[in-house]
Amino acid sequence: MRIKDLPDENLFVCGHTACPGCGVALSIRNAIRILGKDTSVYVPASCAVVFGSTYPYGAWKVPFFHTAFENTGACLAGMQAAFEKKGKKVISVGFAGDGGTYDIGLQSMSGAAERNDDVIYICVDNEAYMNTGIQRSGGTPFGAWTTTTPVGSKIQGNRTFKKNLGEIVAAHDIPYYATLSIGHPLDFIKKVEKAKSIKGFRFLHMFTPCVPGWKIDPAKTIAVTKLAVESGMWTLYEVENGEKKITHKPGKMKSVKEYLIMQGRFRHMSPEDIKKLQGWVCRKWNLHYKEKGAPEICEIELPEEHHAVTEEHREMHGP
Amino acid sequence: MKKVITGDHAVAIGAKLSRVDVVPAFPITPQTLIIEHIADFVNDGEMDAKFLTMESEHSVMSAAAAAEAAGARVFTATSSQGLAFMHEMVYATAPLRLPVVMANANRTLGGPPGIWCEYNDSMGVRDSGWLQVYVEDNQEALDMVIQAYRIAEDNRVLLPVMPCLDGFVLTHTVEPVEIPEQDDVDSFLPPYEPDVMLDPARPAMIGAFMPAEYIMELRRQSAGAMESAKEVINEINDNFAKRFGRDYGGLIDTYRMDDAEAALVTMGTVTSTSRQVVDELRQDGKKVGLIKLRFFRPFPSEELKNALKDISAIGVVDRSLSFIGGGQAFNETRSALYGLNIPIINHLAGLGGRDVTETQIRKMFELTLRAAKGEKVKPVNWHNTRGETV
Repeated sequence: MRIKDLPDENLFVCGHTACPGCGVALSIRNAIRILGKDTSVYVPASCAVVFGSTYPYGAWKVPFFHTAFENTGACLAGMQAAFEKKGKKVISVGFAGDGGTYDIGLQSMSGAAERNDDVIYICVDNEAYMNTGIQRSGGTPFGAWTTTTPVGSKIQGNRTFKKNLGEIVAAHDIPYYATLSIGHPLDFIKKVEKAKSIKGFRFLHMFTPCVPGWKIDPAKTIAVTKLAVESGMWTLYEVENGEKKITHKPGKMKSVKEYLIMQGRFRHMSPEDIKKLQGWVCRKWNLHYKEKGAPEICEIELPEEHHAVTEEHREMHGP
Repeated sequence: MKKVITGDHAVAIGAKLSRVDVVPAFPITPQTLIIEHIADFVNDGEMDAKFLTMESEHSVMSAAAAAEAAGARVFTATSSQGLAFMHEMVYATAPLRLPVVMANANRTLGGPPGIWCEYNDSMGVRDSGWLQVYVEDNQEALDMVIQAYRIAEDNRVLLPVMPCLDGFVLTHTVEPVEIPEQDDVDSFLPPYEPDVMLDPARPAMIGAFMPAEYIMELRRQSAGAMESAKEVINEINDNFAKRFGRDYGGLIDTYRMDDAEAALVTMGTVTSTSRQVVDELRQDGKKVGLIKLRFFRPFPSEELKNALKDISAIGVVDRSLSFIGGGQAFNETRSALYGLNIPIINHLAGLGGRDVTETQIRKMFELTLRAAKGEKVKPVNWHNTRGETV
């Protein structure tokens, strides 16, 4: 399927109340469009419940189910079992956030993965608990400001690195795990289509910027996503039956600073912290792209005076 | 056909005869035998159900709710800590009007940890919107699983039902049980065909986020459904009695209440022992009777009032404690009888699974009879408890 072949009919329709530039809404809309109308959706507690399904309004043109936060894997399992028992051909698909997947929903997800339940689990990863107002999750990157990792006089931002969820999910020996980005639509379409064609537990891990949570310009959602891939903060790959394949390799690694500078959540970062994060990204880059030497950028000593926040940025987002 | 089986086995057979579609399961003592038997039925091809081995009770009730929402008849079982662990999902299921049936093997909810019978597990979810029925023997356990589906799936109710059976006293004790014929059960219990479900041909949102502008009406509807359930329970009890020859009385059952001066209100297996004691005391000329409180939700306030209005004193036996003073059955019965001005006292016994013997029940009747004669009796009595005298 090419972009122009995407069905015109949206199954997650406009009128929902997501923020302008919401990465989650974009991901849901396009994923469901590709999966088609014989789909039944589970959404755990998250923005997507609020902006897509606040009674008496609903943006879903497919069946929608919601109960709690930590149970996407289990609800998909139950839903799918019912469809199978009743002889119905329906794709059970879940849209869980990073909190609902990395943290509170990890056990339930692991159960569904380990049983190889015939469902599609989609993690829309915006790197913090955004629905409750931007709190740190296991998916929050190093250095990021959140309301539970505030920029204090003693401790600044999140002190841990983003959990390697991909390895955890893939370690369940599932048929398909893939990372996706809405900034790379061809890769996105291919992976959703592939997931649709495979049986068993499929996990689509979508990188979905959050405008208020990341403090970015709503017009820059796609640009930030692209930079995440180009800087190595997000890697586009898939693991099919245990075999890992990079699906898109950026030409030349961009500095993590370029990525950070676009986002208010990183604006406080000290040169030391940026260096630390750059080191983490470089190791990740080498692991993913199997490069022997460090990328050029990792050789460069970052200047002492380096700062992620420009004057222009300060003006846009306040002090 | 009669079989000598445990309560857990009887419950499992009840689920099989009810032709359930999906069984999400997780082990917990003393319920585990139920899911083991069902696993056997499924793997031996005797039962055509999807058996899901979940990774926790929370996931069990999540899968149960989702499968039910997708149009399946769902059964599961739990106990104690497991029920506590799925607490959130127990509350999610009822207002979404998903008629799941889940057996609860009553077991003490720690701490301190223990595995024997106490009602503090199921009492903790008495306000979740589930119907609760406490059974007395293994036959009733089997029969109530089948009846539970008829009640739960009735359009006037559409609420989940929790048949509760005493841990070990029933779950692991064998009794002769009459196994109904599949054909008879099929004609009693039609297939589950919900009006609203997760169906791409007719998409619906189940569990939409609900603002304050609507949620109160939804609560009112749940309350209405619980109220309607009273009529449905009695109706289905009679229907079942006609077809299978076993009449459980509906919301409550009474024993030798004619001309009784003092009565005990009991739940679960304590009822059987109490029946025995009533017979013995009647032989001695004591005018005593017994009320078996079967359904705790909906709470049979009117039925209790009618059955107890001419009595001189009432003793309520509780196998769990509410920190308002005494147990839940006592407090709710007293509330139901408000205005009748009959002395009512509480007998706490068997907490943590301690045996409730005939001696204790005799003592309960003795105290209740003293209250009937106008003597002053403590309102809350801890039976067979170190440091307490009754």
